[in-house]
Amino acid sequence: MPLLPPRWRLLLLVLLGLSIPIIAGFIWLLLTGWFDRVHGLIPAGGFAPENWRFLWETVGGRPPVFVALRNSLIFAVVVATAEVLIASMAAYAISRLSFPGRSLYLGLVLVLHAFPAVSLLIAIFYILRLLGLFDTLIGVILVKASLELPLGIWLMKGFFDSLSWEMEMAALVDGMSRWTLFWKIAMPMVRPGLLALATFALLSAWGEFIIPFTFIVSSRSQLMSSYLQSFLTEAFSDFGMFAAVGLFYAIPVIALFLLGQRYLLNIYSGGVKG
Amino acid sequence: MQSQAEATPVRAGPVVRAALLQRYAAPAIFLLPATVLIVLFFLVPVFTTLYLSMTDISVLTFRNPQWAGLENYRTLLQDPFLGKIMLNTARYVGFTLLFNVGMGLVLALLSTSVPERYGNQMRAVWLLPRILPPVVYVLIWQGLSRDAPFGLISSLTGSERSFISGHPWAAIVLANGMVGASFGLLIFTSAIRSISQDLFYAAAVDGATTLQTIRRIVLPMLKWPILFVTAYQTLSLLTSFEYILLLTQGGPGFFTTTVWSLHAYNLALSNYFGNVQFGLGAAMAAVLVVIGIIVSVLYLRIFNFRALVAEPKIEVN
Repeated sequence: MPLLPPRWRLLLLVLLGLSIPIIAGFIWLLLTGWFDRVHGLIPAGGFAPENWRFLWETVGGRPPVFVALRNSLIFAVVVATAEVLIASMAAYAISRLSFPGRSLYLGLVLVLHAFPAVSLLIAIFYILRLLGLFDTLIGVILVKASLELPLGIWLMKGFFDSLSWEMEMAALVDGMSRWTLFWKIAMPMVRPGLLALATFALLSAWGEFIIPFTFIVSSRSQLMSSYLQSFLTEAFSDFGMFAAVGLFYAIPVIALFLLGQRYLLNIYSGGVKG
Repeated sequence: MQSQAEATPVRAGPVVRAALLQRYAAPAIFLLPATVLIVLFFLVPVFTTLYLSMTDISVLTFRNPQWAGLENYRTLLQDPFLGKIMLNTARYVGFTLLFNVGMGLVLALLSTSVPERYGNQMRAVWLLPRILPPVVYVLIWQGLSRDAPFGLISSLTGSERSFISGHPWAAIVLANGMVGASFGLLIFTSAIRSISQDLFYAAAVDGATTLQTIRRIVLPMLKWPILFVTAYQTLSLLTSFEYILLLTQGGPGFFTTTVWSLHAYNLALSNYFGNVQFGLGAAMAAVLVVIGIIVSVLYLRIFNFRALVAEPKIEVN
């Protein structure tokens, strides 16, 4: 609002008060990852780097953490790349090309964007088994990238819609093909959109839990989310190591948050689905 | 091209073919990868869900399911826990929605009433629960709700028990709500920002207090965004179970916090090879799929669809 209320400092205090749980949770994670015992938010034991021993030894029959880390990196990068490329191509066609069934296609994308894809997991399990892709990294990559495609297409269509027609017309008159035009002219011009979708897709794939948890069983293909979750199910959890693994897993996200708050806010308020 | 083809039908074969190729080849190439994936993992699964729900498929008959008609649906209706699960689902969706929309609104109003810099920082803090990996987020919840003397919540409330096993519903609604609130927060914030500044100045000149400005100017302008967030989150909450699975696994005890979507998931997929009740799980999922399709088509009608599909201005492919 353009005019600040006279008592805005009080309002800021209320806002801070409401946000305390989130900040407290973060402090808890940091403390518990580095200290022996934490009561509330007060360390009761000594400094405990041995919480991080999962980095140099295997813990309780789990695969080495770096196997899960590598799988998660592959998963996130491939999903994000595929999502950005495939969604951009489809979005460009919907935004710029004229073909029969165009509005039907866009309608389908919109409906699927709102449609809750988790309800399809049971059928997808069956389909992955039939295709022989169950329990493979490529299978979960395909599922994750596909389920987020409607969102990506919708987002990128908005960016292509805002490009000027004149530039494209000029390129076409000069004899450039649509394909070249797409890669050489259209894609560079929607770079902010590509970056936004890539960031969103990376974050979403990095944190993804249900899909790999459901469709991957062998430990050599496990992702970081399942690796961390395996600590949750133990009867007497070693919360020190649990928190250390959590911190380790969340490092990229925390780094991005600290470096690019404004950027993240712009992405997430730009109509990207939550 | 078309008129030329009509004028000389005899020699037009190759010309028409070339024109057709030019007209459809480009869209086909651009749309092929997306279409394959959407068909494979959206459209086929919709029909597969409906089909599987009418078979006796289980871990034993996985390769060769037999047609069972509406048998699964009959079993479902006779399930003595169905009432409890539906009640749980309503409770989960209702309370979380209330928290999400209410908290989102309060945060949006507060964060736009303080200087921009602080407002942005607070909004960014609320984004954290959303961008953190869900398992890490739930780990934090598990840690804060541990039993005394470890958990922060138990030391603040003086209770000995773990917060999650003592108040599972409160934990579920709060954990989901803290993630969901940022959705409303961001949408309401941009809606508030798009309100014409003149209105605020006019209100100030007329001597309106902050509360009056909010009630008479801001809230009426937020009617559609509030409706949108409510509608959108109702559907996604109805089918989401990730945080419940991680927080309570549907317990403690028997079905205490089991909602419809979690029960479907557990029935069909609670062990590695699918379950003996895979078909029953598919029947429960089919109900969600049908609701999902109906509601998302309704969204399409509510939003102004025509404006979104204006024809391209260049007819060359």
